[in-house]
Amino acid sequence: MSNLFDLLVAGLATGAIYALVAVGFTLLWQTSQTINFAQGEFVMLPAFLMLAAMHAGAPFWLAIILGILLSMLLLGLAFKMLLVDPMMRHGVLPLAIATMALAIGIKEAVKQFFSAEASPFPSIVPTGDVSILGHAVSLQSIGVLVLAILAVFGLTALLNRTSLGHQMQAAAQNPTVARIIGVPVERMILLTFLINAFLVALASLLITPIYLAKFTSGEVLGQAAFIAAIVGGFNQVRGAIAGGLLIGVLDNLAAAYVSTQYRAAVPMLFLIAVILFRPQGLLGRAEERTV
Amino acid sequence: MKSTILAGALLAFATATSVHAQAIKLADVAELSGGGATVGTNWKNGIDLAIEEINAKGGVLGRKLEVTHADSQSNPGVARAQVQKALDAEPYVLLGPGYSGSVKVTAPLAAEAGIAQIMGGEAAELTQAGNKFLFRTSFGQQSSMPKVAKYIHDDMKAKSVAVVWVNNDFGRGGRDVVVKELDRLGSKVVADLSTEAGQADFAADVGKIKAANPDAVFVYLNEEESARILKELKRQGVTAPLMGETTLIGQKVIELAGDAANGARGHVGLTTDAPVDLIKAFRDKFSKKYNYVPDHNGLKGYLAVYMVKATTDKMGKVDSKAFADTLHGLTVKAADEPGILMDVTFSDTGDIDRQSFLVEVVEGKQVVKQVLPKVK
Repeated sequence: MSNLFDLLVAGLATGAIYALVAVGFTLLWQTSQTINFAQGEFVMLPAFLMLAAMHAGAPFWLAIILGILLSMLLLGLAFKMLLVDPMMRHGVLPLAIATMALAIGIKEAVKQFFSAEASPFPSIVPTGDVSILGHAVSLQSIGVLVLAILAVFGLTALLNRTSLGHQMQAAAQNPTVARIIGVPVERMILLTFLINAFLVALASLLITPIYLAKFTSGEVLGQAAFIAAIVGGFNQVRGAIAGGLLIGVLDNLAAAYVSTQYRAAVPMLFLIAVILFRPQGLLGRAEERTV
Repeated sequence: MKSTILAGALLAFATATSVHAQAIKLADVAELSGGGATVGTNWKNGIDLAIEEINAKGGVLGRKLEVTHADSQSNPGVARAQVQKALDAEPYVLLGPGYSGSVKVTAPLAAEAGIAQIMGGEAAELTQAGNKFLFRTSFGQQSSMPKVAKYIHDDMKAKSVAVVWVNNDFGRGGRDVVVKELDRLGSKVVADLSTEAGQADFAADVGKIKAANPDAVFVYLNEEESARILKELKRQGVTAPLMGETTLIGQKVIELAGDAANGARGHVGLTTDAPVDLIKAFRDKFSKKYNYVPDHNGLKGYLAVYMVKATTDKMGKVDSKAFADTLHGLTVKAADEPGILMDVTFSDTGDIDRQSFLVEVVEGKQVVKQVLPKVK
């Protein structure tokens, strides 16, 4: 029982990070029909930007701020203007393939300019335990979970409770009508790219102390988050959150109770089942688009 | 007068060519790029340092040593092609590769050519296939794991042990020997956990270890995965003592795992931190020449060349066909051949017997806690 509790907490902590990344998938899809296959590498890169800042002599807090700002610049603004906008004219498929190429480019660049070996990365959450319901739970797990949930709640509040959020929803649901009623659609789309870049930088900050900074570390994350987004519902932010948490827990339970070798297969089987029996995802709605 | 000068010049040319022709040719195939680049580069630099030293003192039986280095790109397929190419040039002895997987596919080629191969691989099975031409530079798992099991049972007094291993040739080989030995000694394996190479998330595995509540945990993973599991063990508050091999307490692991590595213990066959004067001297020479502190692979490369020298000196002739037979059963004392660094005996299977070290990570540094003697 104690084991199950530990597994659930660890699974939720990892799942919360998957959720952050998966939310980015849905945001980009909703507003610009971009399927970003470089999303995993988008999570890997900010950690290296922060490490580079630290190597240049910046303290950790400043490196975090610089890392997040640089990520928003490179993975938000530059990604949209230099890759998505020019490729979008040719359709969704060429864009998806271009993002795959971008993923390879980012990985190789990090390998070339940094190192092929893993590097340590400091944690923003202190180590240690707290007691919850008689169980010792690590502060790191709780910290990761809390920060990820706060980010997701903040995002949901922005989307549902502010005028800006409503404009973003309008731009996603029907860009033509949104334009007619005066919503700056292009700016709203750019905003979602910036939000995605912020979310992946946050995910990077939370996951890298556990996974270590390595040029390949985005592969697992990108795949898990993609599955999470489809399982939860590609057209719903809340679906991506649920999908992320579910895949995190499922992955850990599979590793513990099925087998470590088949741990990656269990979420895949789940994905196949969802596609077969509920293609719009667990919380998604058929043929509806909203952020 | 002219003819005397001409004759002198011809003689000098002839002597120079004959010295060149008489050089003893060694071939090295190592992981100079790819995932094993650290391993291969250390190994190569160790070889070059030893050859430079030996040649500066007049060579082996008055003949200089020469080596050619080829890159296996850390890929067994490429290693096989490079070894074939190296063997076609008929070297005296083949050195490398360092990865067990690459050794496994190249050893039959060297054996077929009748050339002795001195390599860096540690997987148990390498010297168990009856290959009469294959020699180790470090312990195989069948030599190191009994020492590990004995330490867990006798010194850690662990009645129950969790064993975590990586699911590849290296991990499985080590796991099989240690589990058998623990069982023989009477320590119960309460959790036997296989993990995947490159695995990032160890929460579930550590959860299982916690549930099994063992007296000690034996961790046998590659360096990066070792660092990740050390962090996760600390994160989940596992307090049982941790025991491993070189891959658990290496400098890279300490750098990656930070505080989480403190307290971890490991059995190490070769370490540049060993309290042995000759090893300290090697470390200084190496650091001075290459501007970095070598790992155990640097030691292995260095020892490989001195194995060639000691065996050839013993034979009193350069005979590649008789080399393997002479090295089998040979004991070399560091007092007679300082380059061998520690007294060593080579078995009939190409395995080695040598003293080794029990290392603990204390405040981010490897500290040698115990010197474990030669078995025989």
